[in-house]
Amino acid sequence: MGARLVPLLLVLLLVAPGASAGAQDQAARASLPDIEDEVMCLECRTALNVSNSAVADQERAFIAGLIAEGLTKAEVKAALVEEYGPRVLAEPQDEGFELAAWLVPLLAGGGAVALVALTARRWRRAPAGAGAAADGARPDPDDERRLDAELAAFDR
Amino acid sequence: MRARVYWPVTVAAALLVGLLAYGLTTTGTDTTLDAATARGERLDPPTRRSLPALGGDGRGSLADYRGKVVLVNVWASWCEPCRDELPLVQRAHRMLSARGGTVLGIDVKENSGAALEAVEEYGLSFPNLRDRDGSFVREWGQTGYPESYVIDRQGKVAAVRRFPVTQRWLDEPLPPLLDEPA
Repeated sequence: MGARLVPLLLVLLLVAPGASAGAQDQAARASLPDIEDEVMCLECRTALNVSNSAVADQERAFIAGLIAEGLTKAEVKAALVEEYGPRVLAEPQDEGFELAAWLVPLLAGGGAVALVALTARRWRRAPAGAGAAADGARPDPDDERRLDAELAAFDR
Repeated sequence: MRARVYWPVTVAAALLVGLLAYGLTTTGTDTTLDAATARGERLDPPTRRSLPALGGDGRGSLADYRGKVVLVNVWASWCEPCRDELPLVQRAHRMLSARGGTVLGIDVKENSGAALEAVEEYGLSFPNLRDRDGSFVREWGQTGYPESYVIDRQGKVAAVRRFPVTQRWLDEPLPPLLDEPA
């Protein structure tokens, strides 16, 4: 059984690197639709895949030229930044007002976690049954007397 | 107890509203230059920062042309009105360069290959800088394409044109500025 498996494993070891390289090559190969949604039309300030302006057409032609030259997606994006600046990529900058796009979700997430932690701590501290006592669930003496009288009447 | 829970939420909401207000106020168009030049005043340029030169490795800025009358022309080859205007701008450059002035082109939001093709096609002989993402001209209160700004020999902005220039418009600010001493 073990002897029969050895040739099979050898075949798999020989084929696997080739298949893996093919997959990597496929992943690295750039395509216009794959890049378009990660790039901005600088004039319209929308993603390139939904832009029809002259600027967008020129950007698309530039990308298509780079793809035809055989550049990978990462290389195409680097060339775009070189030619048009970092704002050409569809991601907020890490400076100025756009820094808020990174900071606000972090702060909001941190605040939510802190709120949940604080609430959980309070729940743990509160003794069982304290809520009922604090809510004044015990009736006053008049009500208690009236309740007793009505229960007694009910028993008769 | 309840107030202690709600005050951080109130502060966070106020901060978000403040952030929104800041974003709205800082993305508006600055009309300071238009208003001042319309009153006949001359202002320092909104920015003097350098930009990469088109078709070269170096950088350039308005400071390089101190003492000259400069017609700053904002253009791009993808902009049809800019292309229509370029022959007139090139003629203005020939006139200016003969009298101690120059056109300084600011090519906006395009790759250098496309811009250089236009330079060759229109036979542009004036220097050009690249405003890759349009942030430079935005500081000048840019609203569209093309636009032109006239800079006097002291480096101050004397006139602004938010549309394509005409020969008639060029004839108004340029000759008197060229006659001024450096």
